[in-house]
Amino acid sequence: MSILVNKNSRVIVQGITGSEGDFHSKQMLEYGTNIVGGVTPGKGGQYAVDEKIRVFDSVEESVDQTNADTSIIFVPPPFAADAIIEASYAGVEIVVCITEGVPLHDMIKVKQVTNKNGTRLIGPNCPGIITVDECKLGIMPGFICKKGSIGVVSKSGTLTYEAIDQLVNVGLGQTTAVGIGGDPIIGTTMRDCLELFEKDPDTEGVVIIGEIGGQMEIEAANWAKDNMSKPIAGFIAGQTAPPGKRMGHAGAIVSGGNDTAEAKMKVLSDCGISVSESVADIGRIMKSLMN
Amino acid sequence: MKIHEYQGKEIFKNHNIPTPNGIPAFSVEEALEAYYSLKSDIVAVKAQIHAGGRGKGGGVKIAKNKDEAEKHIKNIFGMNLITHQTGEEGKKVERLYLEGGVDIKSEFYAAITLDRSKEMDVFMVSTEGGVEIEKVASETPEKIIKIWIDPLVGMKSFQLRKLAKGLGLGGNAFKEACFTFSKMYECYQKTDASILEINPLVITRNDKIIALDSKFNFDSNALFRQKEILGMRDFTEEDEMEIEASNFNLNYIKLDGNVGCMVNGAGLAMATMDIIKLAGGEPANFLDVGGTASAETVKNGFRIILADENVKSILINIFGGIVRCDRVARGVVQSVEELGLNVPVIVRLNGTNAEEAKEILSNSDVSVIAASGMKDAAEKAVKAIKN
Repeated sequence: MSILVNKNSRVIVQGITGSEGDFHSKQMLEYGTNIVGGVTPGKGGQYAVDEKIRVFDSVEESVDQTNADTSIIFVPPPFAADAIIEASYAGVEIVVCITEGVPLHDMIKVKQVTNKNGTRLIGPNCPGIITVDECKLGIMPGFICKKGSIGVVSKSGTLTYEAIDQLVNVGLGQTTAVGIGGDPIIGTTMRDCLELFEKDPDTEGVVIIGEIGGQMEIEAANWAKDNMSKPIAGFIAGQTAPPGKRMGHAGAIVSGGNDTAEAKMKVLSDCGISVSESVADIGRIMKSLMN
Repeated sequence: MKIHEYQGKEIFKNHNIPTPNGIPAFSVEEALEAYYSLKSDIVAVKAQIHAGGRGKGGGVKIAKNKDEAEKHIKNIFGMNLITHQTGEEGKKVERLYLEGGVDIKSEFYAAITLDRSKEMDVFMVSTEGGVEIEKVASETPEKIIKIWIDPLVGMKSFQLRKLAKGLGLGGNAFKEACFTFSKMYECYQKTDASILEINPLVITRNDKIIALDSKFNFDSNALFRQKEILGMRDFTEEDEMEIEASNFNLNYIKLDGNVGCMVNGAGLAMATMDIIKLAGGEPANFLDVGGTASAETVKNGFRIILADENVKSILINIFGGIVRCDRVARGVVQSVEELGLNVPVIVRLNGTNAEEAKEILSNSDVSVIAASGMKDAAEKAVKAIKN
């Protein structure tokens, strides 16, 4: 078991003929992801990714023809919202949007649509999901993962890789790693992922990686306090970030009083999560919780 | 992206949000001319800088006659204005806004911004206008009236009425307030703003609504479709190196420490700053070289970091996913040679092609300090300064 995606996921790639879509489709196929089709409006009927994958004009057509249930989006920011909404109305269950730079006002509307249709959206501006040895959906380097019992959920890409690497170094493999993205509005929250990991019989412990800005880590911690039976190790990036400065991610900005790293670390701790002060201790702390 | 008050009021005018008569000026002469053309008994002389708290810092003065106007214009133009938002170094005033006086009956606060938890825009008003709203929010939160806007149907009339009623308005002022609030939301939407704040929004003695100030923040992800807004960008308000970095597609923010760092990914970059601090050092910057770090990116990164004279050592922390570590290593060797680096460089590379990268570094003539793991890297970077 795992969460969100597995070897049975039937994946379409939106924006498959673009350079990003092409490059990462190859990587995903190599990892074993079951890509059943691609979508680029106007290029229906062609074959992409070394002539291996059939391209459709619309998500609806691709779903009709291939029974796809999962989509990954590599389209440029001006068209990303449209792509998500299209996938949602075509009945795709899980939509992962890698695109960085989707306008905020677009995402506010997108979120209403995905909520209404019951679409599980991951991202935007995220590295995607990987269920180890089964399905890689996004841009994460698959080779760093090892199959095991730890779930990982993170707002940041490379920091997720760092955590996975540390887990492997202490002998802990992973079930699924989810990069949820660092934008102010994202599809799937940290709390959503904790709920899924709690229900997954193969996941025995979870690493959560947050950062400054917003209340997502606090909501997740408060939920975990009352509902989570599995141990959680946590880390919050941005202890040295000055207020009012956006640290790369659109959502990583300290604006109020309780969205600092310090405030979040305290709430996590109070809710029973083992918080790592140093990024270098994430693996070690998870290991000690599993013993 | 932020803009000046006078630019915000231009936008207001285009959206039928009433503002006082005003003229921007870019020199003392222009400001004096503006004063005469306003033909108003009372004129406000307002420094135009992006930071808030201008009034308290002495950047906003009221002139009741020509002599006072001249005095204020000459004093404020070119002054180094220090507010709680500019930091100790202050900001030189190079733009003024002259505005005709308004006969104020009462002052309110009105703003629209994103409520991240509710994933909707929130419209807030308060009778406590003109003061710091953060203070009102923490001390008397009941004095802030809020409505959340469903993005699929927009702002509805009952919500406008709730806001206006919450301010205790009646008669013409009530009607005008509802109209102005609807225009504010329209303006917020059409300009892809992430904050639209009017503090104070005033009611005049003859029951007219006027926006006495304007504060905007725009979603930088949406600037591709907001050419007019993009044209309002004032580069003198931004850090020179941050602008240069963005030209190279690097995300750089200058900080006060002396350990420079170059990292791929925003989260890892923040975590690297944090671990430098834990190792007893102070980070000199945030620098995210992004997902496509190449030899060229690394070289530009070095240039940006080294422009900061405080930097005494540089920590490079790359976790290669799409980014190949061997390319980064080549970039490091090339940069150290070409730029004639004289500060110690500590390199930690992990992920795709990390082994090849280590070989490239150890076979080169340049002296870089290899590190394994983030803790080791941070400690070496801090120690290198002390040596």
